[in-house]
Amino acid sequence: MPTITFIRPDGARRDLAVAEGTSLMQGATSQGLDGIVAECGGNAMCATCHVYVDEAWAGRLPPLSEDEDALLEGAAAERLPTSRLSCQIVATADLDGLVVRLPDRQV
Amino acid sequence: MSAGGTIVVVGAGQAGFQAAASLREAGFDGSLTIVGDEPVAPYQRPPLSKAYLAGKATAGTLALRPASFYADHRIALRLGTRAAALDRAGRQVALASGERLAYDHLILATGARNRPLPVPGADLAGVLQLRTLADADSIQARLAGVETVVVVGAGFIGLEFAAVAAARAIAVTVVEAAGSVMSRAVSQATSAFFRQAHEAAGIRFVLGASAERIAGADGRVTAVETTDGRSLPADLVLVGIGVVPNADLAAEAGLAVADGILVDHTLLTSDPAVSAIGDCAVFPSPFAGRAPTRIESVQNAVDQARCVAARLTGRAAPYAALPWFWSDQGRLKLQIAGLARPHDRAVTRGDPATGAFSVFCYRHGHLVGVESVNRPADHMIARRLIAERLPLAPEQAADPAFDLRALVRAAAAA
Repeated sequence: MPTITFIRPDGARRDLAVAEGTSLMQGATSQGLDGIVAECGGNAMCATCHVYVDEAWAGRLPPLSEDEDALLEGAAAERLPTSRLSCQIVATADLDGLVVRLPDRQV
Repeated sequence: MSAGGTIVVVGAGQAGFQAAASLREAGFDGSLTIVGDEPVAPYQRPPLSKAYLAGKATAGTLALRPASFYADHRIALRLGTRAAALDRAGRQVALASGERLAYDHLILATGARNRPLPVPGADLAGVLQLRTLADADSIQARLAGVETVVVVGAGFIGLEFAAVAAARAIAVTVVEAAGSVMSRAVSQATSAFFRQAHEAAGIRFVLGASAERIAGADGRVTAVETTDGRSLPADLVLVGIGVVPNADLAAEAGLAVADGILVDHTLLTSDPAVSAIGDCAVFPSPFAGRAPTRIESVQNAVDQARCVAARLTGRAAPYAALPWFWSDQGRLKLQIAGLARPHDRAVTRGDPATGAFSVFCYRHGHLVGVESVNRPADHMIARRLIAERLPLAPEQAADPAFDLRALVRAAAAA
């Protein structure tokens, strides 16, 4: 199972095993990670599962969809070039070792 | 009680869950219990009529948090347990089991229940409603052998279900008493678009008529008979004619109720030791001219829960979150920002013929609601426009060359 590292704004790291085919958001909320709100439950409606993808990985993810791009404009924390919605990133073997940072707020 | 004390939350839906989670997040350190009448831990309801029925979500993925979350955050879950009565003088909740839970503050997040269909035959096997996981499982179990469905009520739930059924090559007829679909929720333009889109997907509509009687054989539904004299064959009937707020517990305890539990602008009931949030609460909405408003949505449940949690941990503020909603119907994603009904002017941005457009609704010259179909960028901008009351003329809204994003950015920079 791919391991994804989530880094909180205070620097605390947590490694989570996320089943292939499952979104990072689901992997995080189902393991009780604070800092991912996911108000809409992964329907790409709300931008409360915002993460910053580590720059080393930014080019290795599937590109943003138009919906995700639009929603990120409404994210509570600052949008950066590495911003993604974790409900739209599906864990695969290729993403083993992926590092994402949590923003300081989701709402 | 900024740090300690005992808080009981009645209701284990999205609002009740969020209240408890936000209380802990805000540092509430006292005793915290959620009482819920369903046997399962808090879960998301919206996917029940969409992804879950379509087989794209499981009970596991619907759970709002894993069981360990509640233990880790010292939130006691009392599931499969109904709150039977409130003793406000003694600050206790009596459970159906006879047990009593003491509280310093009580949060009522009792939600709503489906409005029953008041016609003969509504109790036949195969006449179903959809609100809970158990309801969805019951529908899912029967859908496999079903060829013909009648949906009573063309609201969000009815149409979401109709779209799922039609995608499974089931013949679907929707019966709706009003003359148009989603008439209580959306503008005429959006309503007309959805009706046409669903018709193009093979769904048939009988509008301006109600179910008068449900016919059956051997205790099972066979047809829906309508007030305009039709008999619509059905193996399964899905009734989605709205909900009734669960306010009985509050009413019996002498709290003020009127189509829901009445609360003030901080979501306190007529008893300062009791708050009410979510589908069951009637509050003065700043987006409805402070008229008594009851909203059934995830956004409202979550934001009201946060508002109460903040108050109970020393950061009281009026409830002023912008209402927003969504509905997935087949390939159509409807997102609504604000309270668009009633409005006196509506303009359309984009061409409905392309399947992607937004309707901007105005009341007395102010933008009050925006309905977006497959235009999530418009929706996110609309939330800002309405929440921040940014001026946008109807002519600008309708002009595809007018840059809405630039308007919002300029306001943010100002």
